[in-house]
Amino acid sequence: MNATALSVPVVGLAGASVLHSIFAPGFFTTGPVTAALVIGAVVALVSAPAGVLTVMRSQSFAGHAFSEVTATGGSAAYLAGVAPLLGYVVGSLVGAGAMGGLGVQRARNRDLVAGIVLGATLGLTALLLYLTTVSHSTTGAAVTVLFGSLFSVSSGDWLAAVALGGAALGVVTVTWRPLLLSSVSPELAAARGVRLRLLESAYLASVALSVALAAMTVGAILSTALLIGPAAAALRLAKSPGRACAWAAVIGLVAVWTGIVLAYDSYDWPPAHQGWPVSFFVVFLVLAIYVVAQLFGRAGSRRRPGTGQGGTALSGVGSLRRRGPGRG
Amino acid sequence: MGLGPFSSFMTGTWLEATVVAVVAGVVGFFVVVRGAAFAAHAIPQGAFTGAAGAALAGVSTLAGVGTFSLLAVAAMARWGRRARHDVVTALILVGLLGLGSLFLSMSSQYSEQTFSLLFGEPLAVSTAQVIPSASIGVACLVLVATIYRRLLLASVAPELVAARGVSPERVESWFLLSLGAATTLALPVVGALLVFSLMIGPASAARSLARQPLSAVALSVGLALLTVWASIVAAFYSNWPLGFFVGTLGVFWYLLGRGVQLRAARSLATAPGGAGGPASGRSLGPGPRRGSG
Repeated sequence: MNATALSVPVVGLAGASVLHSIFAPGFFTTGPVTAALVIGAVVALVSAPAGVLTVMRSQSFAGHAFSEVTATGGSAAYLAGVAPLLGYVVGSLVGAGAMGGLGVQRARNRDLVAGIVLGATLGLTALLLYLTTVSHSTTGAAVTVLFGSLFSVSSGDWLAAVALGGAALGVVTVTWRPLLLSSVSPELAAARGVRLRLLESAYLASVALSVALAAMTVGAILSTALLIGPAAAALRLAKSPGRACAWAAVIGLVAVWTGIVLAYDSYDWPPAHQGWPVSFFVVFLVLAIYVVAQLFGRAGSRRRPGTGQGGTALSGVGSLRRRGPGRG
Repeated sequence: MGLGPFSSFMTGTWLEATVVAVVAGVVGFFVVVRGAAFAAHAIPQGAFTGAAGAALAGVSTLAGVGTFSLLAVAAMARWGRRARHDVVTALILVGLLGLGSLFLSMSSQYSEQTFSLLFGEPLAVSTAQVIPSASIGVACLVLVATIYRRLLLASVAPELVAARGVSPERVESWFLLSLGAATTLALPVVGALLVFSLMIGPASAARSLARQPLSAVALSVGLALLTVWASIVAAFYSNWPLGFFVGTLGVFWYLLGRGVQLRAARSLATAPGGAGGPASGRSLGPGPRRGSG
């Protein structure tokens, strides 16, 4: 009797201290943390459909190239002294235009086109960042632009982020079905009268926007993690591309929010007592989830090796691809 | 005076840059032919983490870069061959770089060094440093020369290699190893972000301009040398990051090659009886990819 009477407050206390040790004091009342949570959620939601399409189209390299084009925009914004988000978005959209114009959609030279655009913009990034260090005598710009920090997002930025995220989601929602069809079989889509060029522009624009948003959270180089990671894991788990989007959004959300909590807690961690970077946590959570998804997904697909029937959304897409005529 | 780009304290830099360009030109040709630009981009970025880690641990940059290049190569060789290898490459890249961001945050006082590791530093090389790089370079070239024929065949027609009893996967692993070695060499000079630009820019033009694989390799090396030398002089006088010039020249070579190819195609199409595939015979495209991706 005594034991039960005692255990209630003990459990309550333990619960409180567990909560306390997970969410360090001040977590929910700190402004930057709130902004980070909101923007993280927007990024996870927007990246999900864009990422699923990118993985299905085997455009990871182009997706990654976007992130570095975004860095160019970000460093230009630093140099000019305007809001980084503006730079990210403009840079990203210009990159989309360049890659679309040079023909990144065609399988034959895709990899070279993405690489060349990437090289050009990285060179430009180098120059812009160098000029920034010379004119503003700050040397940290390179690290901020490339590796990012979610906690440095200003509260004015998150309204813009929500608006841009809404726009990107709108574009994907409207064009979702034809985009999906053209990802699986461009020939079939063309035969049905889908206007491929317009569609591909819509796709590139949505990826550009979501990468620009992700660049704000984990930095330009690492935004690839949020674009590709959750989507690749989700395609392993889900049975249809639509459900894969939902999975990817959830995975992205879990990774970003947990990353924020861990980064906030890490202020007391060794060696420097200045916190570990959010980007590091987010990237590693994404990777961990991907590995877990691979382990689970493989069990399902191994039963029917090669046939591509049933199984995951990915294997279904793969089999359609293999059956269809080669693209380009 | 005497502080021009050709004075004696620059000897190490010139030697190093020459080694880098020769190796990058040779390996870069295969990067382009195999359509492996993403791998060529991901390995240096992974290796950057090694450089950041080396700065943190107080060991030599070359050791850190070499270790992480090998790590990235091993991961790609292990997991890249099944499923979608572009996804795997992307995730290896961000995984290693994520670790790099952690290392950077722990040693934030090195931000100037960080910058030169990312974007290249023309004056960082002493003559003594050239010896280890040159040995890695020679080893890399010997490796490529040994597997040259198989690599070329595997790039154009993997089935043929398999039919000869050589596994394309093994050829791919050796190729990745040579890529890792080239990365280790080039990263401290050109910077992590632009190593691949030095590889694919000159090589893409060489592929379009040359008729034979061997002459394409030679042309690729020549253009890479030109790129690096010109970049060093330009970076020396302007004090701008070396990577900027390498990246810009890379685009220039690519557009040059593409322009020449287009003109050849057009003249073939307009010439009487020249209706056969435009320029298809003279360029080596990336062969069919393995895996379902």
